[in-house]
Amino acid sequence: MKLIVNGEALDSVAATLAALLAELDYEGDWLATAVNSDLVHKAERVEFRLNDGDRIEILSPMQGG
Amino acid sequence: MFDLLGAALPSRLFLGTAQYPSPVILADAVKTSGASVVTVSLRREMAGGRGGEKFWSLVNSLGVRILPNTAGCHSVKEAVTTAKMAREVFGTSWIKLEVIGNHDTLQPDVFGLVEAARILCEDGFTVFPYTTDDLVVAERLLGAGCKVLMPWCAPIGSALGPVNIMALRSMRGHFPDVPLIVDAGLGRPSHAATVMELGFDAVLLNTAVAKAADPVGMARAFSKAVDAGREAFGSGLLEPRDVAVPSTPTFGRAVLS
Repeated sequence: MKLIVNGEALDSVAATLAALLAELDYEGDWLATAVNSDLVHKAERVEFRLNDGDRIEILSPMQGG
Repeated sequence: MFDLLGAALPSRLFLGTAQYPSPVILADAVKTSGASVVTVSLRREMAGGRGGEKFWSLVNSLGVRILPNTAGCHSVKEAVTTAKMAREVFGTSWIKLEVIGNHDTLQPDVFGLVEAARILCEDGFTVFPYTTDDLVVAERLLGAGCKVLMPWCAPIGSALGPVNIMALRSMRGHFPDVPLIVDAGLGRPSHAATVMELGFDAVLLNTAVAKAADPVGMARAFSKAVDAGREAFGSGLLEPRDVAVPSTPTFGRAVLS
């Protein structure tokens, strides 16, 4: 399945968002996720199924003004 | 204490957390200045990265209120989704709402700002809108549910200071009961003192402190200026006069000529 993760194209076998995070070695309570421009809550990641072409954003706290 | 929408804040100085020479200097600047609120953002995390964790741990250790922003968002959709992601990560419904409309001036897209503010207020957010000093836009933001306004005094990072004093004075006079926080454009402590003397409730700045030769010293200087300006506002400033008025009593003056 082809996905766009944080702007980068990649192939993945992950069926769910939680599986994708594990596959890419993302972990931590400080991460926020969105798929196709909509927030996906932490609690929903395990059930959230990915589809070919999905755009995933994985964000974390950063300096800001 | 400064009561801001039910939050008792020990200082009227808010600081951004970007562009400091090091995390240690950022922490020292916040602690030394006594700033009560710091702004933070969300950015893409690298696979396997721990950058966000380290920064989040540092910010939490400061013991200050967190105000996440939607910096860099140019559309309502982007800003709303970013705000929702920030609420989940930072655990606060406070959001500094930025919807940028111009690349050169980083001027807010006030039309998108009002629309995004309405969506987020209805969703339970406490929206701190980064806006211009336009009174009509301010009215619309309040109508959308905002309880606080954050007008710029000059473009972000410009260090120009209050370029339109009349507009700021008008805003203060027009909204006497709305918390007004000057956000963006402050370059010097005297700029902060000036807007606090006008009766603004607080200031938010970043670049002027972070890019100073000595950020900790500059943070302290801004803190003093904010306090001085606020106390001056509360003490009744003398109105300017066109004629000289002697300060030394003229009564009893000797005639020696």
